[in-house]
Amino acid sequence: MAMTTTAQTAAKNPRATLQDWLPKLVLAPSFALILLFVYGFILFTAVLSFTGSKLLPDFSAWVGFNNYVRLFNHPNWITSLKNLAIFSFLYIVICSVLGLGLAILLDQKIRGEGVLRPIYLYPMALSFIVTGVAWKWFLDPGIGLEHVMHLWGWESFSFRWIKDGKMAIYTIVIAAIWQSSGFVMAMFLAGLRGVDNEVIKAAQIDGASTITIYRRIIIPLMRPVFLSAFVVLAHLAIKSYDLVVAMTDGGPGTATWTPALFMQKFTFGRNEMGMGASSAIIMMIMIFSIIVPYLYSELGGGKKQ
Amino acid sequence: MSVPSQDNAARTGIFARAIIYSALILFAIYYLLPLYVMLVNSLKPLDEIRQGNMLSLPQQWTFEPWRSAWSTAQIGVSPTGLKPYFLNSIMMVAPAVALSTILGALNGYVLTKWRFKGDNLVFGLMLLACFIPFQIVLIPSARILGILGLAGSIPGLILIHMVYGLGFTTLFFRNYYEAFPTELIRAAQIDGASFFQIFRRILLPSSGPIIVVTVIWQFTNIWNDFLFGSSFSSVDSIPITVALNNLVNSSTGVKEYNVHFAGAILAALPTLIVYIVSGRYFVRGLMAGAVKG
Amino acid sequence: MSFLQINELHKSFGATHILKGINLEIEEGGFLVLVGPSGCGKSTLLNTIAGLEPITSGEIRINGNQVNDLHPSKRDIAMVFQSYALYPNMTVGQNIAFGMEIRGVPKAERDKAIADVANLLQIGHLLDRKPSQLSGGQRQRVAMGRALVRDPQVFLFDEPLSNLDAKLRIDMRTEIKRLHQRMKTTIVYVTHDQIEAMTLATKIAVLKDGLLQQFGTPAEIYNDPVNMFVADFMGSPAMNLVPATIVTEGNKLAVKLDRGERQPILLPLSGGPAGLSAYNGKKVIFGIRPEALTDPDGADRNASQLATADCHIEVVEPAGSDTFAVTALGGKHVVARLRADANVKPGTTTPLAFNLTKAVFFDPESQNRIS
Repeated sequence: MAMTTTAQTAAKNPRATLQDWLPKLVLAPSFALILLFVYGFILFTAVLSFTGSKLLPDFSAWVGFNNYVRLFNHPNWITSLKNLAIFSFLYIVICSVLGLGLAILLDQKIRGEGVLRPIYLYPMALSFIVTGVAWKWFLDPGIGLEHVMHLWGWESFSFRWIKDGKMAIYTIVIAAIWQSSGFVMAMFLAGLRGVDNEVIKAAQIDGASTITIYRRIIIPLMRPVFLSAFVVLAHLAIKSYDLVVAMTDGGPGTATWTPALFMQKFTFGRNEMGMGASSAIIMMIMIFSIIVPYLYSELGGGKKQ
Repeated sequence: MSVPSQDNAARTGIFARAIIYSALILFAIYYLLPLYVMLVNSLKPLDEIRQGNMLSLPQQWTFEPWRSAWSTAQIGVSPTGLKPYFLNSIMMVAPAVALSTILGALNGYVLTKWRFKGDNLVFGLMLLACFIPFQIVLIPSARILGILGLAGSIPGLILIHMVYGLGFTTLFFRNYYEAFPTELIRAAQIDGASFFQIFRRILLPSSGPIIVVTVIWQFTNIWNDFLFGSSFSSVDSIPITVALNNLVNSSTGVKEYNVHFAGAILAALPTLIVYIVSGRYFVRGLMAGAVKG
Repeated sequence: MSFLQINELHKSFGATHILKGINLEIEEGGFLVLVGPSGCGKSTLLNTIAGLEPITSGEIRINGNQVNDLHPSKRDIAMVFQSYALYPNMTVGQNIAFGMEIRGVPKAERDKAIADVANLLQIGHLLDRKPSQLSGGQRQRVAMGRALVRDPQVFLFDEPLSNLDAKLRIDMRTEIKRLHQRMKTTIVYVTHDQIEAMTLATKIAVLKDGLLQQFGTPAEIYNDPVNMFVADFMGSPAMNLVPATIVTEGNKLAVKLDRGERQPILLPLSGGPAGLSAYNGKKVIFGIRPEALTDPDGADRNASQLATADCHIEVVEPAGSDTFAVTALGGKHVVARLRADANVKPGTTTPLAFNLTKAVFFDPESQNRIS
């Protein structure tokens, strides 16, 4: 890597010395901001999570791992984790399957691909708040889907998941999939288009059917795309906050709490800053345990380049 | 662009093609439905929504919900509509996008063309910063904004968005400049160009595409942000997403669905326009953000 | 006094030692070619001369001044890059004048300099175009124009012809040689192409693994390679390097070349390098260039030592101007260069003349030449 290094001429006169330092000087403010606002703040929150801070940070009230113990004994946190598990599993699996499926269908030399592709993808441009508003009312039994079915004469149709504590989390899954699956489709489509044409021709000459070619050759080649999609979706899932706020605000009751919502509610709503901090630390550990190995392999451990 | 399955497609039967097209169109309906629902219902009087069919076109067209959402709807305590919050968002987004893009470009330039010992570590730390759950920085951020006297202000939000956008903007420019021939930098050095002259005269004129990608990415992210907006704004600095949520989820009064839909479309309009005008770059930005490193 | 001097130059990247003590010098107006396989350090050496990469230790002097710590733009050098490195956003004219613009040269003066260079290189009609609108050969010319306009003390060329197709490469090679003869400026030129090195250089430096193998005129490098690497690297087709044994034939030394089941060939030596007597009865590597191994009619009449032996021809490769014949000696394929109309057929046996005046011998252990 260092082989490609551009000149850094060690120089004797002061002007050249300034030029030598200039690159680092230019980078320094950004790096300092990141160090403080990201790593410094993580440290701050980590320390805070060992204190009994309530409304304001209070570093004198050292409680050790107490917050973590309370956290994992708290029914709302357990609900949050369960919801996160349901949400991320369905969100990741369905987005990937739907994304891959749509990409494969679109890859069949479709007339009108130029029209369809942007339609699948536009939800990604919308905020989770707008997405939430749209789906909140669309799934609302009073005016939404159920109401429409009744008007169409299907009187017995019932769809009130959003009001049902057991099912509400699934409505959030539906909205989230709507928002993100087009993007996963775009990733897979780019992957499919990147497959070497000659490999496919060779398989055709070997007599493989279209389905066999996809199953045995193309989809296995999509492994890196699956990995990227997984990382992006898992990351979005763990951070999921806006959508829940817009659709259910955690309700009915605490049925749709997620860790991100928990952190917010405890820190700013219930003035349990210490516990809020510990929940944020757990969230970070979850994300980093996915991201760090991924980045490490992508960057080749900083050595491969 | 090569279409690997060209020859496959030719052999697929008409029946199969029909199924493929039906599936694709069905999904198109699935993706369009919520937008359609928002649009038609934002043009109906409230009674028609309550009694009528959500999926049918308005019997009585009205722009009143739009006018209301924009300028008279009750948001929080005051009947101002979304307009002031829309302006807040613009005042917040423009400088935050500009600053983070400029810094990202300079960082990318240094990290690819002026390598130094430990540059990979610096980049790695900046990259990892893209992925932190922002909940972890909320408490100290609020403190630092208070210390700086920026709590609850638009400059405070600008600072926060700029800092937490730096990782991505640096990543974009770094990956772009990585492919920029280093020999050009060397030639310019021999020609006597300084650090900033090389950046301004040689790199910047070739950076058009990545600037567009970065600006779109940052614009979309910051415009659509809710977490920072809801955590660090006060009455005067509330951004549009937070205002929309307040409008929709206020527990008092009658639920004016038509106004909510009109408001939602208003809040989505800038990013939708960006997407329609430059979808190609938008997608490229998403991909660049997805394939880190 | 030499114009460009490199003393004990070392260069490391971290733990990797790229250049391991290089000593070189070239006189004013000389044409120094650095040649070697990829990864030998030749481009790094050029970059250190340019000041684009810092050196670890040692000294670089241009016209008597130490330039170790000078910024590239202060060294009074100009460089032509392998990729040409034309600024894509500027026109040809702006590319050529960029350095002057940075130095604050007035516009009128710049325009005159551009016109002069454009005239010299016949690129006047291209001045308003962008690099992307030029062909490879035109880009090459513009890159040279950008270097020429600086009127530097030393020109540095980093494999400038490697991106051109074969025919254009030969044309530009001639062009560079013509320019050098006309401008009489010192040139340092990096290439991996030994023919370029031979045709252009007044001095050649052969590098391998960061070490200078041999430094001399093209004729010295070609005729008197110091080791097997240089012998093998310079020349096309490459020198034949055949395992052989030195024996005594009468009161003279002779080279014995084994041929498997066939009778070995004995080539009597008169003279030969003095050090060879120490190898009596031992193995050596016998080096003979294809042009020194010919059909008897095509042999050099002036050669003082000519030995003829019947050889079994395996493959015949007519190349138009010459015919190459491949035979097996000492377990190796050996190429002989015959006249174009030489009557040889594969599978037959034909006499070949060994011009032993041109033969060289190497120690099989050290791979160094026996002198």
